[in-house]
Amino acid sequence: MSFDLGGYISGAAYLGAGISIGFGAIGAALGMGYTAGFADRAISDRPDRSGDIFKNMLIGQAMTETAAIFALVVAILLLFLKFGTDNMLTPYALLGAGICMGFGALGSGLGSGFPSAYACQGMARQPAVTSRLTTDMLIGAAVCQTPAIFALVVSFILIFAIPQGVSFSPYWAALLGAGFSTGLAGIGSGIGGGMAGGASCEGIARQPDSGRAATITMLLGQAVAQTPAIFGLLVSFVLLFGSYPPAEDIIMPISLLSAGICMGLGGIGPGIGNGLTAKEAVSWVSRNIYEAGLITRTMLIAQAVSQSTAIYSLVVALVLIFVI
Amino acid sequence: MAIEGAELIRAAALLGAGIAMGLGAIGPGIGEGFTGGKACEAIGKNPEEANLLTRTMLIGQAVSESTGIYSLVIALLLIFVV
Repeated sequence: MSFDLGGYISGAAYLGAGISIGFGAIGAALGMGYTAGFADRAISDRPDRSGDIFKNMLIGQAMTETAAIFALVVAILLLFLKFGTDNMLTPYALLGAGICMGFGALGSGLGSGFPSAYACQGMARQPAVTSRLTTDMLIGAAVCQTPAIFALVVSFILIFAIPQGVSFSPYWAALLGAGFSTGLAGIGSGIGGGMAGGASCEGIARQPDSGRAATITMLLGQAVAQTPAIFGLLVSFVLLFGSYPPAEDIIMPISLLSAGICMGLGGIGPGIGNGLTAKEAVSWVSRNIYEAGLITRTMLIAQAVSQSTAIYSLVVALVLIFVI
Repeated sequence: MAIEGAELIRAAALLGAGIAMGLGAIGPGIGEGFTGGKACEAIGKNPEEANLLTRTMLIGQAVSESTGIYSLVIALLLIFVV
């Protein structure tokens, strides 16, 4: 069997395209369905507000869709771009791009559904704050897209800027690892950020006077929840742009791949956990606005502690990259 | 390219270290986050007891961290000792 690089490149591109849109479709669809369900319930509570609620549902679903559109763009690029057969790293880069975008879109899509859903619910509960709910929904959903944007950036680097003229090993593992790192770590941050955004919309509907405090707490909570995605991006950049000596054996490549998987998986839990904390914090800031400072401080302490396993994963990943 | 025994063992250990720490970070992250969320709710309901509630939260989170620390220890053992 002769070695046909063109065949491997096409195979990796098609597999990557499938993974990209396959996983990318899950999150956004779940999020949009969640939004539609809450919107339906809201319209049944207040049929006279159905126009505004329906409009808000469509706007919110459009925001949620962006993550899946990113995944679709990467899949179509992988399907139809012509890749040169001069670089043996190309199959691994393309597969890594698909994995990265697929998982990166998963969390953001799912998370963006929460602000939209609770905004629709809030419009039935408190019609007077309809426009503020739309604004808050857009802010929350926009921050929630951050992991999908990180994943898109890394995917584009893997598709369009494959390292040239470097040794095959260990770079094949570095490129695959970079895809895993940003892609998987984005799952938790996307979901977590979305939970915080949802709580903010719910809180403003419950207590419109708490709008400013709830939004500030939401932004703080979402910012901390994005930290695992930032760690994932950092490890991806180290893997993509670092220079590694040619490896004769399999130890260095597996070490780099393991670093990417480690940081990727390690970002999932803390991202979701930070979101759970932020969700309750925002919810109770809107119920007890006088204690907003105390609740926000407690949220930050709790988020710092639950961030710890993401930091362990970052340390282990960096050890695997630099010490082995 | 023939992969020798010792090399395969070392590579498997490194992959195992990454999987150990990666999967091991999921549980404590979600669990401690849930604890933090309930602590925020508790303080929102009863701000006067903030000190006691925060202390309980931190102790609870420290106990939840234990499996994360086990994963870290195993990962470091796999990298440096095995």
